[in-house]
Amino acid sequence: MALISFTSKGIYCKQGDFYIDPWKPVDKAIITHAHSDHARSGSKNYLCHTLTKPLLQLRLGDNDYQTAEWNEVLNINGVKVSLHPAGHIIGSSQVRVEYNGDVWVVSGDYKTEDDGISGSFEPVRCNTFITESTFGLPIYKWKTQPQIFSDIQSWVLDNHANKKTSVIIAYSLGKAQRILKPLAGTGLPIFAHGAVYNVHQTLINAGWQLPAIERVFYETPKEALLGNIVIAPPSAEGTPWMKKFYPYSVGICSGWMQVRGNARRKNADAGFALSDHADWDGLLSAVKATGATKVFATHGFQSAFSRYLNEHGIEAAEVKTEFGGEEEESIDKEEASNANV
Amino acid sequence: MKQFAQLVNILGSSTKTNDKLEALQNYFSAAPDKDKVWVIAIFSGRRPKRIVNSTLLKDWCMEIVNIPPWLFEESYHTVGDLGETIALLLPDIEQEAEAIQEHPLFYYLETFIDIEKADEGIRKKFILDSWRQMSRNEKFVFNKLITGGFRIGVSQKLMVNALGKTVDVSPNIIAHRISGNWNPATTEFADLLHEDSTTIDTSKPYPFYLAYAVDEDLAGLNDTDEWQAEWKWDGIRGQLIKRNNECFVWSRGEELMTEKFPEYNEIFQQIPNGTVIDGEIISLATPPENGPFKPLPFAALQTRIGRKNITKKQLTEAPVGFIAYDLLEYNGEDVREKPLSERRELLEEIINKIHHPAIHISPVINFNSWDMLREIRTGSRDKGSEGIMLKRKNSAYQVGRKRGDWWKWKIDPLTIDAVMIYAQKGHGRRSNLYSDYTFAVRDGDKLVSFAKAYSGLTDKEMAQVDNFVKRNSIEKFGPVRTVKPELVFEIAFEGIAASNRHKSGVALRFPRINRWRQDKKPEEINTLDDLKEMLNIYGTA
Repeated sequence: MALISFTSKGIYCKQGDFYIDPWKPVDKAIITHAHSDHARSGSKNYLCHTLTKPLLQLRLGDNDYQTAEWNEVLNINGVKVSLHPAGHIIGSSQVRVEYNGDVWVVSGDYKTEDDGISGSFEPVRCNTFITESTFGLPIYKWKTQPQIFSDIQSWVLDNHANKKTSVIIAYSLGKAQRILKPLAGTGLPIFAHGAVYNVHQTLINAGWQLPAIERVFYETPKEALLGNIVIAPPSAEGTPWMKKFYPYSVGICSGWMQVRGNARRKNADAGFALSDHADWDGLLSAVKATGATKVFATHGFQSAFSRYLNEHGIEAAEVKTEFGGEEEESIDKEEASNANV
Repeated sequence: MKQFAQLVNILGSSTKTNDKLEALQNYFSAAPDKDKVWVIAIFSGRRPKRIVNSTLLKDWCMEIVNIPPWLFEESYHTVGDLGETIALLLPDIEQEAEAIQEHPLFYYLETFIDIEKADEGIRKKFILDSWRQMSRNEKFVFNKLITGGFRIGVSQKLMVNALGKTVDVSPNIIAHRISGNWNPATTEFADLLHEDSTTIDTSKPYPFYLAYAVDEDLAGLNDTDEWQAEWKWDGIRGQLIKRNNECFVWSRGEELMTEKFPEYNEIFQQIPNGTVIDGEIISLATPPENGPFKPLPFAALQTRIGRKNITKKQLTEAPVGFIAYDLLEYNGEDVREKPLSERRELLEEIINKIHHPAIHISPVINFNSWDMLREIRTGSRDKGSEGIMLKRKNSAYQVGRKRGDWWKWKIDPLTIDAVMIYAQKGHGRRSNLYSDYTFAVRDGDKLVSFAKAYSGLTDKEMAQVDNFVKRNSIEKFGPVRTVKPELVFEIAFEGIAASNRHKSGVALRFPRINRWRQDKKPEEINTLDDLKEMLNIYGTA
């Protein structure tokens, strides 16, 4: 029996009797990061990185949480478990599992470029690597962060000059924090949707130094917003909530914006291919750096990515999981409706 | 090239017509004249010939990027556009590279012409060198130009409006000046727009006047006396032009089709010089002596277009005729401003003098109330027509699609309920989304595919269907997925004809999704017999 198996509840380690990012309630869940398709409610005990805990509390409420630092080795039923930076969002971690000299690493979501706030992705040597493959096609090759940030800044300043509000669509957890610094660099006031604001407050309370943002309230005067910046989650796009910002221009920050058709379908005025996931080259370099002889590819272009690895001498297989972008959007929707806007 | 690539980028991403107009105006006021001429050419359908086929382009890209063909295909089906796929796969330009040479748009387009017939090696070198010097966005635009498939979200009308505003000339005049035969490589911007251009182009057609669909409520049209009604014929809109003993046939897509229809040669002999007739290029059954003409299905005409050489067999099986609607030039004089009633008299005068079985004047329908016309319209299909045209008798012949004086009143489409059995990812704004579907009807306990359709669903429905396809695909054949036959759709179409190229034995005209029948189960869809019965009733016009 392999150290880790794929069950109907999620990725499972029988020896240690724990799950990693399970999609059904279990006794012990190790959580790679606080996005809703990876962190689900109902489990009895959660283990996560120290930085992830406040975010899980925000999203899942009070639970039995245990935390660990990166590289801290825990012993769970005789299995060595440690967390390592994944560079995806704040607190995001890969999970290393070792038993009897057999080492597995579950990547969760990751990106190889250091964005300055999510921790720097650390390749972990292992025998078997379970990797995401959200952008596992060679058409996905990101521009560098400074390039994209400068594109976003000039777009925002252009809008400002044309007396239009810049509405930036970004996931409330992760992307919204990542773009704050370059946005603050424009010198324009930054407003945010309640869902974005809640995450922001949670992080400030946890001791993060982030540029200031103001929440958009019903009473916020239109003039205060005009020509400035509003950050909103994907679920807010196209809702009546947006009317307040008119005239505005919508810019979507997402790796999917790499392909023109996606941007056109979303009716975005601008698309910025800013992703919190590794691009094709990032995925390949990550796989190589682990030295793994066996790879499992999960959510994304897993079939193409694993086929490519097989053709290049790395044994790989695809695994169906319940991770993926859609969940994330639907939870943002819940947040949006819960958030008092 | 940078300037043009930026323009295309704005035009492609902008969601508002005004923004597009502004971007075009900015371009026309800033770009060099030679580039402007090419942009006018490109946006009015005068693209350069493609200098390389897509297989070669693909091979060269794979060679540079070093990926296997299957991975290229996978990428292509996700992006849904070949030029864009290649632009995304190729390494991006290095920001620091100072040695990059910026060339104007015309440099590339004119080089295309120069090397069109050159050795493959020369063409390859030019393309690879160009790729190296371009950003991703420029590469995308360049690729669209070399593959010949340059369609960007801009109509000719919008381009003409922007140009008109920039040079301060009425769009109608511009539309006429840029029509006809001219070569962007040898035409100066000033000459193209200059009124008394020294080189008179005798082939120049007039811009077509197009109608909007009428609202179901005809009461707003007031007095029936003010209106002329005709059948709406389903062929290709065209103009017959004879000037200085030279004859030209133009299609609405501004394609010169003179050579395609030898039937018209004899007609032209009987048309006086200085005549331009607007009408329908349409396939007509050989009529009995003096009998009424009888249109053949559009499929017949299709066997005649897109072919270089026409065989005798095609000429007899799908003879092409012309149904005249309007007269635009009479005795060398532009008569478009005269009221329709006068133009019609002049048209009758000309057509009556022609004795040839292939040309007819579009008959006027007599009616004295809107209800009567509504009743007559239900007989459209029996006439082989797709509805009725309404034209105000005192209307001028305008330019482009305009409301008010001309209306088309099409009959409701035929519909059939079918189940989706295959799905494929789409192109353009439907990229990376399962949005191209094949539909089947029931034949006993089998399903028989009969139509493909792409359009008709809302974005939300499309996302739902995409989700369904991902979760319910049975097999994968390249980009095509076979899907559990579960989702039922109402398919609408304009006509039906027998076909031995399709398994079902029928070919549909313009099939599209009318609505998603979430209330229906796959057991309740129509049968192959239902389709065959439709073929019997509506199959031959």
